[in-house]
Parts: sequence; structure tokens; C-alpha cells
Amino acid sequence: MKAFLILEDGTVFTGTSIGSKREVISEIVFNTSMTGYLEVLTDPSYAGQAVCMTYPLIGNYGICYEDQESLRPWPDGYIVRELSRIPSNFRCEDTIQNFLKRYDIPGIAGIDTRALTRILREKGTMNGMITTDPDFRLEEVLPKLHAYTTGKVVEKVTCEEKTVLKGKGPKVALMDFGAKENIAESLNKRGCQVTVYPAFTKAEEILKDQPDGIMLSNGPGDPKECTEIIEEIRKLYDSQVPIFAICLGHQLMALATGADTKKMKYGHRGGNHPVKDLETGRVYISSQNHGYVVDTETLDPKVAVPAFENVNDKTNEGLRYVGKNIFTVQFHPEACPGPQDSGYLFDRFIKMMEVTE
Amino acid sequence: MPRNPDIKKVLMIGSGPIVIGQAAEFDYAGTQACRSLKEEGIEVVLLNSNPATIMTDKDIADKVYIEPLTVEVVEQLILKEKPDSVLPTLGGQAGLNLAMELEERGFLREHNVRLIGTTSETIKKAEDRQEFKDTMEKIGEPIAASLVVRNVEDGIAFSNKIGYPVVLRPAYTLGGSGGGIANNEEELIEILENGLRLSRVGEVLVERCIAGWKEIEYEVMRDSAGNCITVCNMENIDPVGVHTGDSIVVAPSQTLGDKEYQMLRTSALNIITELGITGGCNVQYALNPDSFEYCVIEVNPRVSRSSALASKATGYPIAKVAAKIALGYTLDEIKNAITGKTYASFEPMLDYCVVKIPRLPFDKFISAKRTLTTQMKATGEVMSICNNFEGALMKAIRSLEQHVDSLMSYDFTKLTEEELTEQLHIVDDMRIWRIAEAVRRNIPYETIHEITRIDLWFIDKIAILVEMEQALREQELTEELLKEAKRLEFPDHVIGQLAGKKPEEIRQMRKRWGITASYKMVDTCAAEFAATTPYYYSVYGGENEADGTTDKKKVLILGSGPIRIGQGIEFDFCSVHCTWAFEKEGYETIIINNNPETVSTDFDIADKLYFEPLTPEDVENVVDIEKPDGAVVQFGGQTAIKLTEALIKMGVKILGTSAENVDAAEDRELFDAILEECHIPRPKGHTVYTADEAVRAANELGYPVLVRPSYVLGGQGMQIAINDQDVDQYIGIINRIAQEHPILVDKYLQGKEIEVDAVCDGEDILIPGIMEHIERAGIHSGDSISVYPARTISDSAKRTIEDYTRKLAKSLHVLGMINIQFIVCGEEVYVIEVNPRSSRTVPYISKVTGIPIVPLATQVILGHKLKELGYTPGLQPEAKHYAIKMPVFSFEKIRGADVSLGPEMKSTGECLGISESFNEALYKAFLGAGVNLPKHKNMIITVRDEDKQDIIPIARRFQNLGYKIYATRSTARVLNENGVKAIRTNKIEQPSPNLMDLILGHKIDLVIDTPSQGVEKSKDGFIIRRNAIETGVNVLTALDTAEALVTSLENTDIQKLKLVNIAEI
Repeated sequence: MKAFLILEDGTVFTGTSIGSKREVISEIVFNTSMTGYLEVLTDPSYAGQAVCMTYPLIGNYGICYEDQESLRPWPDGYIVRELSRIPSNFRCEDTIQNFLKRYDIPGIAGIDTRALTRILREKGTMNGMITTDPDFRLEEVLPKLHAYTTGKVVEKVTCEEKTVLKGKGPKVALMDFGAKENIAESLNKRGCQVTVYPAFTKAEEILKDQPDGIMLSNGPGDPKECTEIIEEIRKLYDSQVPIFAICLGHQLMALATGADTKKMKYGHRGGNHPVKDLETGRVYISSQNHGYVVDTETLDPKVAVPAFENVNDKTNEGLRYVGKNIFTVQFHPEACPGPQDSGYLFDRFIKMMEVTE
Repeated sequence: MPRNPDIKKVLMIGSGPIVIGQAAEFDYAGTQACRSLKEEGIEVVLLNSNPATIMTDKDIADKVYIEPLTVEVVEQLILKEKPDSVLPTLGGQAGLNLAMELEERGFLREHNVRLIGTTSETIKKAEDRQEFKDTMEKIGEPIAASLVVRNVEDGIAFSNKIGYPVVLRPAYTLGGSGGGIANNEEELIEILENGLRLSRVGEVLVERCIAGWKEIEYEVMRDSAGNCITVCNMENIDPVGVHTGDSIVVAPSQTLGDKEYQMLRTSALNIITELGITGGCNVQYALNPDSFEYCVIEVNPRVSRSSALASKATGYPIAKVAAKIALGYTLDEIKNAITGKTYASFEPMLDYCVVKIPRLPFDKFISAKRTLTTQMKATGEVMSICNNFEGALMKAIRSLEQHVDSLMSYDFTKLTEEELTEQLHIVDDMRIWRIAEAVRRNIPYETIHEITRIDLWFIDKIAILVEMEQALREQELTEELLKEAKRLEFPDHVIGQLAGKKPEEIRQMRKRWGITASYKMVDTCAAEFAATTPYYYSVYGGENEADGTTDKKKVLILGSGPIRIGQGIEFDFCSVHCTWAFEKEGYETIIINNNPETVSTDFDIADKLYFEPLTPEDVENVVDIEKPDGAVVQFGGQTAIKLTEALIKMGVKILGTSAENVDAAEDRELFDAILEECHIPRPKGHTVYTADEAVRAANELGYPVLVRPSYVLGGQGMQIAINDQDVDQYIGIINRIAQEHPILVDKYLQGKEIEVDAVCDGEDILIPGIMEHIERAGIHSGDSISVYPARTISDSAKRTIEDYTRKLAKSLHVLGMINIQFIVCGEEVYVIEVNPRSSRTVPYISKVTGIPIVPLATQVILGHKLKELGYTPGLQPEAKHYAIKMPVFSFEKIRGADVSLGPEMKSTGECLGISESFNEALYKAFLGAGVNLPKHKNMIITVRDEDKQDIIPIARRFQNLGYKIYATRSTARVLNENGVKAIRTNKIEQPSPNLMDLILGHKIDLVIDTPSQGVEKSKDGFIIRRNAIETGVNVLTALDTAEALVTSLENTDIQKLKLVNIAEI
């Protein structure tokens, strides 16, 4: 069956329908990872967006459920050049075709994904619609596309109640704004006892449980939409508990302490972004997925100073909070998908908790 | 970290002659590194014995020494040039081994020269089997159970412990020389004995066999600050067991999940960090297809063939960055030259798929075993890029120029299903074609996978191509079907064949339906950033990114495709120089080529690079977009020449000598007419079409005769026949390869063979020099030792040669290059071959005469005159030095190949010996070719009857040098009768001790064995020669070569070789 991808600028791509036949409007973003499509699909940070994979051959090794970063896929839509006809891998349990259908994710295949990426690169991230209806009328669709906003998506992706991963080491409170499973996993693997809290848990409740450290997770959407959460984070900042934050968590901490964030033209999504540790000068290749960034111009140097920056575009990739046991990063040390080079940051966090004790 | 200011003058060591396992990729890496160093204001001294390379150009390095790659030469060179640093990691294994030896001797320390790039400790940790094993164990990286052995007994004991099969890997050899898989004790002994002999340090690793696992490679970079990145990973379609150089390889990996991908990536970074490599490095893995278990197979602490492939596959210039790292820069300080915005400290992301297929030499070595093992056999490779795997595979297949254009090109239809299933066990260059046939017969994927261990994903991709064949055969050719067939990169003529239509009709249909190729850019970043370097590949369906508009005149330069015997790196040299010359003349230059190992496919050589197959259809697609003002075909070997007709049809103007005149040189009758008109004699001959006609022609001329197809490449299918049976058999062989052209039968003249390259501007000619072959006519010019200036022919013969060259160039209206081969018998000069194009000898003669022939030819093509360019026309004055080009062979790599020389070319590369004295030049040339006659001073002589008298003085001279001579019955008798002491030895079939015992006893330095002419080559001789080669013994099959060798050995008292800086010529 034919499917169409209509962009806000009026561009129409014609391809083949994959997954659900449902019509969907969403923000269109691209990801340059060559492996890890399931991890991308199940990353809650993609809630409210449709993802285009720039690597043209997707689904080659099928679906291995243990690689999921959450219990279900989150993107509103999925855009690929080609889905593999058969999957091949010793762990493969299902095909990506079935996976998309089961979770009712609409998608389009067989389009020139490179051309789409070039448009997004030149004109910036924009909204789009995936539809199987050949009789769409552009003049009706475009206003709808302009009107679409991602909105408050954290509430869609956060867990409903708190859960505990047992461990003998430091006790970590993980704020789930749409956390990838490997964050809890990375801490738990290192011995931490991890308690996962829903995003809207009050600071008092968390602090009452007396965690050794607090982990702020990644998550979807515009950080400035999370006004209630930012207020709670301000309280966590004021406590003396060590804090480590990733991605959305990093942005929220910046907002909570007076800095500002801004939307990027087309964001960073992929597994090849070089980040420089400004203290050591070392460069690490990182996994990234963000469309907003902390505006370093708005930082109060008495509060926070840049700790990492992107080697390519010099945007902020991490902050160190002055006089506090708090550090935050824009990239994903938990990887999955992508390079594991910055996994040492979890060790740094654990050390920080041990020293504070 | 900024660059180290103490580094001012760097010695770069190249990789020497092209041999299997060490080919053009090191010219590419070395050239890129030299340019990268010079960019930084470093003075570069270059040492490489290979004159055909671009790196040995005076434009590339400041001082250029084309001298043998021996420790003594490097030491002398260091004393002479006083570099402060040596960069050893960009010249392949040869350069690395040399640097290690110098370091071990303490010479570098003594003279305050440092190794930059990577330290000797690091090299040792990676290359020494035991140290490598210890290092891997230390950081917990798994390797296959293994033991380093120094004798056969230990090998047997260990193999019994871990169980057969076992893999054997000799230490410090290239391309897996002497390695292999042993399935039992007998095989173990055979391979191990040989491997111990070939290893520089007498060590062989015996290893648990992990054949059948996935073979995965990572290309990794690290700087001195410890920053690491992976440039690319690659997956071999052929599982472990086939050398990666002989495997079909795809980049990036296709069947690995992120968990596996990252697991191996992290491992590779841990390894490069622990080894402390600064620069590029290649890590090879075996990955169990049924678990996360993996083993590190090998680490190359240097740039390699794989890194050349990775550079071209991703656009990331590994050698350039490695050179900058060697100077002290860190990755985040080095700009990504492709985007111009980002830095070298990132990982390329591909939004396409790359397939590499090796170019194997079995068309040259008909008797050779086609089996692929851990010993590399490929002479070159092709690469293709597409946004789907099937398309990339189809493009790579047709890039091979081996009469293959689809998965139907080898015919297995006559096999029964049982036979076919059985044959799936064969691991050779035709395996994917067998798999395609198996799919056609509905043999289940599982069965194919069980036998071949090739991943089901790849089998399914082959199946998709087979299904398209069926659809095209059975269904109506609709727009949709045609679109899909083109997406899978089926060429028009294959579609036509299947659909029962002419290729032209298919083309018309495509035009009508708007199904045309569009071009995408290789930009290192999957379009995330805008790229500025126009490096393109074609796809069907999608937006075209190639921008055809420009004010400049455009020239299309056709490359020479994969490196193969007969068409080597020389043509890349010519293509690159032609490109640069056009650029200087203000042209926009466009290169089409498909060889990832070459300089011409580097992204900054031409203004635009199209990485595409060199077939008429693929070229036409580029022409449609670019609409060039003209095309140059005379520099790209036969590959480019063959495209002439097609280009004319497309309406592209051929710059330089016209197509009719190229044809005139090949067409017997036209050419005879020209010769007659010029009063130039040639050996008598006839043009024939059938075997009967050939026999009649041969008898009329009188044997021996030379039989060959017209339009030859490297003497393909050319043979000397001494009787009717020979002629019959050769015609059969020639006709096996599709022949549209007639066959030539010529009287065979035994005289001095002479060769000239000349430039003609339409009025005047310029001959840089006359080259003379040491071997008599009958041995292919590419396999002969060539001497410049010619020394044994008279001045009047030289004048005749000059005169004939002028007449021929003018009669053929040559504009640009011409290559002519002559035979001189006394004062008589005969023409045997004329090629109105660039030849194999062009780089060599350019360098030793200092005359830039290719730029000159390019300028005359554009209308400049030689006189106005400052040259006096005619034969140029002879140089004061002798320059000798020595062929180099790779026989030890190709099991079953006959090493005897004849009119069919067999050498893979060449080296140079240059000196004011002829003897010293000759000595250097042999030394450079690795003919190092040392230890035992024992030799075997067995010659055919015709040579028995001529061998006597040669044998006597060897005897005078202290050689003990063993000979078979009749040779021994003749030698003894003439006062040369020869020990009579039994032939192979006779009881021990016989010749074979001597050879296998590793006591022999040299075998001189001249094979009887014609097809009735003694089987004995073949076995002797093969065994000698495989045990590392030098074998000579022509008396002229033997005489040259003894002459050079008589001069081994030359202790201090005088080194010549080519840049000063």
C-alpha cells in the first residue's frame, strides 16, 4: 500500500506503508545511528516525534526484546529507506514489520531518506504527516501541520508508580522523565540500589527516602513545558544530595537554576557526536538524542560552568555546578544505542555519592 | 596538543614492489601522508623501490630515493639525509619491518632519529605473536587458543591438544604468506615447515580454528592524548577461513545488532589504547554467529589495505589524519576535510552500503587452484556504493572486468542438484554464483547456510536478485518492474537479455519513464552536515545531488579499474598526472573509477569523483549529468580504451589520438598498410579466425610462431607455438574468453626486445629514452628486466628506432602518447606492437629521465606544441646513469600457478635499480626484487636441450662464485664435459635422494629451470618450480635472467651503494 509523508514546507514523499495504516501528525527528526533501531524506537525521548533513520537498511537483525529501552516503542511514526525482508541474528525473536504493527506505529518506507534529511538539515526540524490516504489535500493538511506542537509529553512516558531495583551499593533515586532502561541498568550493574520515581513525584517525597544520590533522566519534549518538575528540581538542587543528570534532566537542572534553553535547528541524534571534557581535554564519542540545548550565554558562572562541549558545533554538552555535588550531561553515557565511551560518568557519580557519605 | 616543533625532516618508507598482499593501497596511503606532512612544512625524504608509484614523484616528496628496501640502504640514507624522524606506519608491512629492524639494532637511537606515529614497543606488542597474546590476556580480550612454535614437533603436540583443524599464521609476513588451515597432521607438517621458513623470526602461531564464524573488522584511530574513534566497521560475507583480502566485504556490518557492534567497538578501543597506538590501526575479529563470544584474530598497528577501503568507504582520510597525529596533533585539532566544518574526532556515519570484491588472478593462472584460504591471492579489488546491498553487489560484480555482469555469469545449470549441493562446499571466487544457482533450484536457505556458513541475510539478498531475474524473464516489463530492476542495479543489457529486448530498447523505456541514475554524495556524516567535496555514487530513485553547472571546460578522465596482472598501478599514476595537468590548464576534472586502493579515487585529486563501474552504461549515466567537453582514454589502460567506442556514441569528444587511429594500430590490415607505406618491417604474420586457418598460417611462416588475440592486455592468451598441436590448443584457450576480434599468428623472431614511449604533438615527437630488455623476445615485456638506456644495440639501430617511432606516430596521427615495441636483430629493426596510449613503462621512464611525460602528453592533447613547451623534439640525450626495471612476482601466493615466463605476463609489480654503473644498477634491482642469494650456496640447474650450450658459461661463473651445482642427468653431463663440476641428481620420479628432496631440505638458494617450449611442458619441471617457489627458493626460467643475476652477484663486493635522489634528475 502506498503511503505519503507530507512536510510543513509542502514537500511530499511517496513510499510504501509500513506498520500501522493510521494517519499521524508529528515533528519529523532524523537519527544517524547505523545500528540500534530497536533502542531508538523504544527510547521514550522520541515521544511526540516521528523518526527518520538515515541508515538505509533497517531491520536486518530483527527484534531482540531484551534490547528494548522501555516496554514499548514511542515515536509517532517511523521513516526508513528499506526494511529487511528477513531478519538474521541468533537472538532475533520477531521482525520489525510485526513489531511496528503490534504497537500500531505508522510508518513509511522506500522514500529518499537522504533527501528528507537534507531538507531537515537546511530548513530545520519541521512537522509532518504520514498518511495512506492518496486523496489528501495539501491546503487542508498544511494548516494542521503548522498547528501541531509536541506539548507536554513527559506525562505520557513516565512510569506510574515507583519501583525498586535491589542493590548493595549506594541508593539512587532515579527521576523518570522517560528514562531509558539502561540508565537504571548502568547504575544497578555497578551495585547501586535504584528506586525509580514517576516524573511528578514531589522533591520532599524523594528526599524523605534518604537517597545517596539523585539521577535525573532523559525524556521527551521542550524542557520549558515541564514547569512543575522544574520547581521540584530546584528543591533537589538546594538539598545536599549528589545529583547526576542526563539530557532532559540536564536541561531541567539548568532551567531550575536560572539558565535558559533554546531549540536547535535540527538537533543531535545519533551515535557519533564528539564531546570534549573541558577539564581534561579528552574527546569522547557519544550517543545523543536532543533537539534543545542549554544556552551557555545565560549561565551564571557562580552557579554552573560548562564541563563538556560538542567538538563540531561547540554547543554545551554538560555542566558542573559550582559548590555542589552536581554534574549534568546533554549526551547519553548509558549508550544503547551507541558508543559506551562515557560510561565512566556513572562511576564518577558513584564515587561522588561515596565521598559525600 | 599542537604539532611537535622538533619534527622538521621526516623519512617515509614505502612498501616496495606491488605483490599480492601489498598493493596500491600503500601508494595511496603514502601519497596522502606525504602531502599531509608537506602541508605542515615538513621536509619529506621518501624511500621506495617501486618506480610505478605516485609517492615516488618529485611533486610528492622533497627527496625521492627509488632504492632497494633493505636495512643497509635505509641506514645509508639516514646518514646521508639526516632526517630527525622516521614514519614507518604508512608503508605497509615492508616499511614497518624495516623500521623495526633499525630500531632493534639501536641504529635509530645512535643517530638521534625517532620513530614517529607509533613506538617500536607498540609495534612489537601487536606483531609479535607471544607479546600480542600476553597483552590481550592482560586486558581480558579473548583470542583463540594458540601457541607460538619454533619447530614442527611443538606444533604437532599442541594441535593434538586443541584438536584439528588448526590455523597456522607465520609471524611478520604479509598477506598471510605461508599460512593456512591444517585439517590433519600431514597438512600441518607441510604448512608449518613452510611457514617457519617464511617467517622473518622463524615463528608460527598454531591456533584453534574458528572457521565459519563471522569475520568483522574495525578501523580505529588514536592520538597521543588518548582520544580514540572508530572510522568504520566491515563485515566479511565469507566467514572466517578466507583471508579478508580475498573476501567479499560489506561496510558497515549488516547482521550485527547494536549490542554486538558496540561490544566489538569497545574492544577495539580498549586494544588500541592498551597498545598505545598513535595513528591508524585495524582490528580483526571472529564473532560466533550463535552467541556473543568473540576472538581477536589480528591487529595491524598501521594503515592497511582495509584502512584504504575504509577511507574510500566513508570519506574519512585515515592516512592523512594518521600523518597529522604522528606530528603531535590531536583528533579534535584536525579538520574533517570533507565537511570542512567538523573535526577528525568523530565517527563517520554511512547512509549507504559499500561492497568490496577482490580481483583474483585465476584468468592469468589457468592451472592455479581457485580455492580461497587464509593465504591472500587477490591482486586488487573493486568497491561499489549504493543505498541498497543488492545494488552495491551488482555494481561491484560488473566493476571486476572479468566477463561477469550479473549472478548468471558463471553457468552451473548443468550440475544436478546433488552435484550443486556438493559444490557449495567449494570456497572459491565463484561461490556467490553457485549460491545463486542453488537459490534458483530452490535449495533451502538453511542448507546453503549450513554448508557455506554465509549469513542467511546475505543469502536472502542473493535470492532477491535471483527473483528479479525470474520476474524479468517471466513478467511483462512494466514501469514498476523496470524501476525495481534498476534500483537493484541490473544493467540494461542484462535486463534486455532476460526480457528479450535490446539494451537500446531498455534505455529508451527508461528515458520514457524517467528512470535515470541520480547521484548521492559520500559526506562522512549521513547528510547531517553540508559537505563540500564532490565524491559521488549513483542510485536509482531519489534526488540528484551532483551539480553539473560550471563555467569551466570539463574533462572526463577514465580510470583503470582494479589492479590486475598486466594493468597495474602504472595506469593510476598516469590518470592522476593527467588529472593534475588538466587542472593546471584550467579544466574542471572528473574521474570515474572503482578501485578503492588508488590515489585517483582520493577525494581531493579531481574536482569531482564518481565511484562507479567502468562500463558504457555507467559512464553514460555520468556523461548525461556532467556533459563533459571531452574525455581522455589514453591513460587508463585497456579499461579506458575499451570505452572509446561507447563514448563516441554518446557524443563525447575523445581528446588526443582519435579512435580510428587507435583501431588502425590494432587492425592488422590497416596497420600493415601503414607499415608498408612507412617502409617499416615487421615479423611476417597473418590474421586468422579459426584453428585451421591458424595452423595453415603457422606452417607457411614456419615454427616457432606467436599466437595471440588482437586487443590484448598484458599478453593475455599470447603463446609461442612450436607445432600444430600447440596452435590448436592455444586457439582453444583464446576462444574460451569471448573474442569478437581476430587472432594473430606471427613469425617468432628471437632478437633484442626494445621498447619506447613517446609523445607526439602531431608534428614532432619526443622520445625520453630507449629501453632494452635483458631477456630475449618471447618473454612478455612486463616480465622482462628493462634497461635504460639501451646498451647493446648500435647507434644506427637507435636512429632507426627514432625514425620509425616518428613515422608511426605521424602516420597514426598520434596526439599524446604512443608505446612501441621493437625487435632488433643486428642492424635490422622490426616493429612488433604499437599502442597509441600510455603504457606500463611511463612512470619508470618519466622518473629516470626526469621528463614529465604524462603532463607533456596532456598539454599536447590540448594543442600545445613540444617546441613551445621548451623541448627539443626527437630522442633525448641519454642519462649518465643506468636505470633498470625489474619485474617482481607473487608466485608463492598462488598455489598451482606455473612460474615459467613466456609471452603471457605474470609479474605483479616492479622495482628499480639506478646507478652510474650498470652492474651496481643491476645489483640494486635484484636486491629490490628480494632476490637475496645468501646462505647455502647450493643451486640446481636443469635446462632444456636448446639451452644446454648457453648454460655452460653461466654455470661456470656461478661455480667461480663458490656455488655447488646440482643438475639432472643430461644437464649434469654437458656441464661436466665442459669442465663445470655438477652433481648429478635424480629426477623427481626417481628414487631418493632426488631433486625434490634437495628443495624440500631447504638447502637450495636458486633453481635455474628452463621449460621446454610449447604446451608439452614437462610435468616434472612444473613440480620442481612450484615446490621451489613454495619453499621460498628463487627460480629463474630464462637464461638471460640467470646471466644478469650472476653478473650482479659478481659485484656483491659493492659494500656501499651510492644512493640517487630522483628529484635531482
